[in-house]
Amino acid sequence: MDVPTTLNGYELIYKKPSTLTEKPFHYCPGCGHSVVHRLLMEVVEEMGIQEQTVGVAPVGCSVFAYDYMDIDMQEAAHGRATAVATGIKRILPDKFVFSYQGDGDLAAIGTAETIHAVNRGENILMIFINNAIYGMTGGQMAPTTLLNQVTSTSPYGRNKEAMGYPIKITELLAQLPGAYYVSRHAVYTVNAVRKLKKAIEKSFAYQKLNRGTCFIEVVSNCPSGWKMTPVESNKWLEANMFPQYPLGDIKIPKD
Amino acid sequence: MEQEKTTNNEARLMKGNEALAEAAIRADIDAYFGYPITPQSEVLEYFTNEMPKRHGIVLQAESEVAAINMIYGAAGAGGRVMTSSSSPGISLMQEGISYIASAQLPCLIVNVNRGGPGLGTIQPSQGDYFQATKGGGHGDYHLIVLAPSSVQEMADFVFDAIRLAEKYRNPAMILADGALGQMMEKVVLPQEGSLPKVSKPWATVGKPASRKRNIITSLFIEPEKMEVINLGLQEKYKQIQSEVRYEEIALDDADIALVAFGLSARICQKVVDLGREKGIKVGLLRPITLYPFPKSALNKIADKVNFMLVVEMNAGQMVEDVSLAANGKCPVYFKGRMGGMIPSPEEVFAELMSIIEKQSVTQD
Repeated sequence: MDVPTTLNGYELIYKKPSTLTEKPFHYCPGCGHSVVHRLLMEVVEEMGIQEQTVGVAPVGCSVFAYDYMDIDMQEAAHGRATAVATGIKRILPDKFVFSYQGDGDLAAIGTAETIHAVNRGENILMIFINNAIYGMTGGQMAPTTLLNQVTSTSPYGRNKEAMGYPIKITELLAQLPGAYYVSRHAVYTVNAVRKLKKAIEKSFAYQKLNRGTCFIEVVSNCPSGWKMTPVESNKWLEANMFPQYPLGDIKIPKD
Repeated sequence: MEQEKTTNNEARLMKGNEALAEAAIRADIDAYFGYPITPQSEVLEYFTNEMPKRHGIVLQAESEVAAINMIYGAAGAGGRVMTSSSSPGISLMQEGISYIASAQLPCLIVNVNRGGPGLGTIQPSQGDYFQATKGGGHGDYHLIVLAPSSVQEMADFVFDAIRLAEKYRNPAMILADGALGQMMEKVVLPQEGSLPKVSKPWATVGKPASRKRNIITSLFIEPEKMEVINLGLQEKYKQIQSEVRYEEIALDDADIALVAFGLSARICQKVVDLGREKGIKVGLLRPITLYPFPKSALNKIADKVNFMLVVEMNAGQMVEDVSLAANGKCPVYFKGRMGGMIPSPEEVFAELMSIIEKQSVTQD
């Protein structure tokens, strides 16, 4: 796709990708969703695959992902995005298919669909936004909520005796032979954003190889749900989330 | 042998479940997603045997929940798709079916009904009539529901259900039962290639520059919009009423009308024979479409018969719709067996005779 290099005589170094719609993001200031949406659509634009890409939106804050991404999309029921993506990919095996889900969606109500889609090695990209909370419903405890973390349904902190442990679903999925590429990222710094974009690019390229599922976790912040300013939430992310969910590749293709 | 299987249209002896699956392949379905459950596992088994040889997709899902959501995705991507299950599995699918109805995706869902509630029994039942015809999941919606009463119809209705589903962009259901699924009968299978594919410009297949993006969704958060969507659905259901189908047997001169669908209608045909042998003028109306329901036909019959007897393999479900259709013009009685029990023609006939006796006492 032709990307203009100048605008009104100035050198163009940054622009909204043509694959994003005109609708302004509704996300809270500091939230990671808008950055991940944008990165996905930048990659789709740069690879010239708008016509070959079908996305699946989740239930959660990003339920309206299809309002922003200018591609064909389906809205899945809570937890079912990877089953829906499986259906799409089986009918359209030559298209690029991705699903986009949060932690409650992917790692609680949709655990079975998640594990079995990866176990079948569905040739799709699964994007997993982990902010350790149910954002849209008002900050309830998620499967990935940290021990002692206060949420609206763990008001005294998550205690492992009653509420179990934060689930490392990404490490769990990486064990499955159907997983081809598994990587954990964040969008809290420019450098991290660049790394995530590379991972998304790789995942779309891998999809053509038909070797299995690409899975990218994005450890994200939820300033509103965490009751913090965006800057505070990024600091909290580094101090508390990364020790539990360390960034980096978890499984890389062997060949 | 394979060649013979796909082109031979001679009568064959087949199980209902297998005839259904073979008909679906001949109806050119692109994909089947399912999960094993008695008494319909032969459907999945038939597809896993045949689809690899005949260039279709078959996938055994991790659950009925996953299967129906694969149907959502695949139907939304423009595929001609189908799933099947039996009662407990169909209950699990209800969430997905509601989404499919709202997003207006054509697909075929088959329920080989077994006895409930709960885990129940694997024996045949019609206990899912309410679930099939009144929506089943959350919200105001309907499936198009066809009720076969023979192995032949198990095959034929696959074509009818897919045709209707695609015509109205609505999920269609074949409501069979464990006996129809398991029994073997003579069947002449529909011709392969006789159900042409339809264009689906709304499908999510990748957005070319020439059109706006296609979105498959059931989310319309503003109540004003959600009401418009609902009004559209209701308008569609009104149009679907024109697709009503039923069979009338010996009703021309009848004083008594039996009303039954599916396997119960097979039993009632025998009851008609038993009655006619004794000079009792009894006929049968068999709804073939359970939704749309043959309301006007029943209303007209209510004008001319002394009473109706509804026979079902449940506690009395369709009888509510028959009573509404009769609208007080004649008494409506009910005879049913539950929990996987099948009423015999003799016991239905005995019920018929006892009603006649009671009526004559009242009239005297």
